[in-house]
Amino acid sequence: MLKTSQLSYSYDKNNTIHFPDINCQKDEHWLLLGQSGTGKTTLLHLLGGLRKAQNGSITVTGQDLSQLPSSQLDAFRGKHIGIVFQQSHFVASLTVEENLLLAQYLAGVPQDKTRIKTLLSKLNLSHKLQSKPKALSQGEQQRVAIARALVNSPKVILADEPTSALDDENCKEVVELLESQAREQEAALLIVTHDQRLKDYFKNQIILTK
Amino acid sequence: MNLINLSWKNILIKPLSTTLSLVLFALGVGIITLLMLINNQVQEKFEKNLAGVDMVVGAKGSPLQLILSSIYHIDYPTGNISLREAAIIKKHPRIAPLVEKTIPLALGDSYKTFRIVGTEHSYVELYDSAAAANTALWSKDMEVTLGAKVAKELNLKVGEEFFSAHGFMAEAHSHEESPLRIVSILPKTNTVLDQLILTNINTIRLLHKEPEIEFDEEDEEDNHKGHDDHEHHSHDDHSHNEASKEPVDMDDPKQGLTSMLVFFRTPMGNIMLPNFINQNTNMQTAAPAFETNRLYEMMGVGTDALRILAFVIIFISGLSVFISLFNSLKDRKYELALMRVMGASRLKLFFLIILEGLMIAILGYILGLLLSHGGMSIFSGAAEEAYQYSFDGWRFLKEEVYILLGALAIGIVAALIPALMVYKTDISETLGR
Repeated sequence: MLKTSQLSYSYDKNNTIHFPDINCQKDEHWLLLGQSGTGKTTLLHLLGGLRKAQNGSITVTGQDLSQLPSSQLDAFRGKHIGIVFQQSHFVASLTVEENLLLAQYLAGVPQDKTRIKTLLSKLNLSHKLQSKPKALSQGEQQRVAIARALVNSPKVILADEPTSALDDENCKEVVELLESQAREQEAALLIVTHDQRLKDYFKNQIILTK
Repeated sequence: MNLINLSWKNILIKPLSTTLSLVLFALGVGIITLLMLINNQVQEKFEKNLAGVDMVVGAKGSPLQLILSSIYHIDYPTGNISLREAAIIKKHPRIAPLVEKTIPLALGDSYKTFRIVGTEHSYVELYDSAAAANTALWSKDMEVTLGAKVAKELNLKVGEEFFSAHGFMAEAHSHEESPLRIVSILPKTNTVLDQLILTNINTIRLLHKEPEIEFDEEDEEDNHKGHDDHEHHSHDDHSHNEASKEPVDMDDPKQGLTSMLVFFRTPMGNIMLPNFINQNTNMQTAAPAFETNRLYEMMGVGTDALRILAFVIIFISGLSVFISLFNSLKDRKYELALMRVMGASRLKLFFLIILEGLMIAILGYILGLLLSHGGMSIFSGAAEEAYQYSFDGWRFLKEEVYILLGALAIGIVAALIPALMVYKTDISETLGR
């Protein structure tokens, strides 16, 4: 489902990061642990097609990302890859529901309010449908961000430090949500983090080193 | 959800800067359009009412005033000319061959601010030959034919009588002894005819033979004579038909005309007539085309300044759209990068920002049009009160489409740099920070 080989990225000549090969099957959940400076975010951006790798290849659902021109890559990402960031950002002028509708619109899939309602009720957010993102607590915002990553039923879910800003209770809730939703959608889940609290939840782990 | 919807919401979320941009845009568009509307409708009215008159001959004074009073019925007349002098135009062997026809006008009275014009039936034919043919126009002294607007606004009917007033003011002294009888009402012609009360020349002459109560130095000499006439009238049981049979003093301007509308047979008349009149008579000539052009030029200085001001305002509004978009990008860079993550292409985001600029431009344009046409309605009301001229506030010009195109261009240009910045943004760098 998500496969990399010989992946490396250089910001400049003296600073090249080599990444271990990843082979994440459908339904598998992986944790990539690493301290800061190990290129965690860079790796996640490479996997999500937000940045182009200079060396090596990334294959998502059989598609080599480096083969896609920019606008097709955007469309591919919108449809097949759901990404959750450490800081959740939303389009400030839109409500929670509209933000999710926007995700459907931008990915080019039919806009489906029922799908959004079911998804939000699973995440205990039904009552926030018409709220502006700013009015939500941080935990709620992170859950909406997860909902947005899931709304188009992507084949791959990437999460960049999804829990580091949360307290223990919210942390547990978010991890369990990610896991249960990924399982339900039969998606591959890959979490990049330095949050040691997550170690116990995942049996598949890769440790990133400098 | 779509781009239009999204850009609309993005505009609404910053109401203050959006309002500022909109107000500026509307003001600029409004002023430019209003100037265009006034210019267009005034010129149209002027041209229509000109009706091919080549020259106006009247008493010495301002030629522009002569044109305004005799053709457009706006300003006061320059004075009167004697019948003997007026006859020169039609009779003099050097002049007569150049002239195709003339229409005499006698002005000076009004009824409730509507001017009474003593003239011939050809004056009606000049503006609307069908109306002239289908209406039983005045035939005797003290009979009048009303323009459509006069009849409608004063609610006058055929057969009714009224007393005219000396001068053009609503409060002027009225000639209470001699009523004017309405014999017909013209259909609407959309020309100056609509706002006039028409009668024959002699009626005006008779009205002015009434004893004058106010002390106009000009009229003083005439007062005595007028008084004698009045005595005579009472014996005659107010029969003006009798009075009109009195010989008219050919040399007395008071018993003469206000002006003559002249139509030439040949363009030579435009040169020959002014020379002849100025050298041999006490009259002056005025060419309507020349004088109205002079008027436009005089108005032009003011409208040019206003127009420049309007362009400056529009430029500032474009700047305000630019600054507002530019500033908002700082707050929105994450959400814009996020939209890329969700599948939006660079081009889509580029269009989103352009659309936000365009939306302000379109809204500003619509507000501007409302402003200008509303302004035109107000101007029309004022013009109506002062001159009985009515304009249409809600008539649209095809030039307004060009203004729309200009507005769209400004919206695009103002949004271009912010849109390009968004287009070039590296999402990974923005989100990785």
